[in-house]
Amino acid sequence: MHIPDGFLSPEVAAGTAVAAAGAVSIGLRRAGTQLDDRVVPLLGVTGAFVFAAQMLNFPVAGGTSGHFLGAALATVLLGPWLACLVLAVVLVIQGFAFADGGISALGANVFCMGVCGALATGGAMTLARRVLPRRRGVLLGVAGAGAWLAVMAGAAATAGALALSGTVPLGTVLPAMLGVHAVIGIGEAVITVAAVSALMATRPDLIGAWAVQQGQSPSRAPGMQRGQSPLHGRA
Amino acid sequence: MRLVTVVALAVAVALATAASPFASASPDGLEKVAEEQAFIDRGRLAPIQEQAPVPDYAFPGVDDPRLATGLAGFVGTLAVFALGAGVVAVVRRRPRTA
Repeated sequence: MHIPDGFLSPEVAAGTAVAAAGAVSIGLRRAGTQLDDRVVPLLGVTGAFVFAAQMLNFPVAGGTSGHFLGAALATVLLGPWLACLVLAVVLVIQGFAFADGGISALGANVFCMGVCGALATGGAMTLARRVLPRRRGVLLGVAGAGAWLAVMAGAAATAGALALSGTVPLGTVLPAMLGVHAVIGIGEAVITVAAVSALMATRPDLIGAWAVQQGQSPSRAPGMQRGQSPLHGRA
Repeated sequence: MRLVTVVALAVAVALATAASPFASASPDGLEKVAEEQAFIDRGRLAPIQEQAPVPDYAFPGVDDPRLATGLAGFVGTLAVFALGAGVVAVVRRRPRTA
């Protein structure tokens, strides 16, 4: 879903860049103040995994492929704001080292693939925590649903950015983007659930959303405080 | 933490190195839509991207395309880890007031 340079108007590129910078700066602040020492390496590792998985395009219908985005997984592990930071790190490397995703469009890509996905997943997790029982299966289900929503939110935001730029009418680009990403989102959900489930079996304490759910100490809930949903606090 | 870091990083590096050469080369969702709706040609590289060290995930100077992609995955995964860890190290050395 990487937007190259040339697809967006300067105004849309600038607007999304400001929004992305705001979200990433919240992530930076949380990394500086709230992240426990023991889980500091988790941020780099999550980024590495997201980058690796993003390279693994899987075929979907009609000569199209999709790839993992990772905002949902990063949100489940680290909370939405640190997830924005993780995706920004991945997209900076992709843009500058691999010429994947534009440079003037970097902010738009962080916004669409990172911020929108992280907030969609974070919102789903917050809602679920209020209305659903605190069980392992529930967390996995919400992670999967959040992953699908994250891809759809990113697709909708990308379509909106393209339409606002005058590149293509919203009425044609939005249904097309949502249609293909409804399928790609299933892949995102499968990978996210598999990764969370693997971590749950080995080191559940590293899953921030699980630690919050269980009311564990903040030191075990990276980027979040005790009893707080990831969207609370300075959100 | 150290063990899980090493294991998880190893899994990421292994995936990017060994599996990426076999990933689908079809256009992704946005590329497909851009082709169908005829705005794909508007895309261009930024000037700085003309000098990107590993353009389009193909390690330069490597003839075998699968090896070139695998090497790109290897260095990219480690680069992301290094940048992520580096950024966190910097912001934690000078913690901002929340």
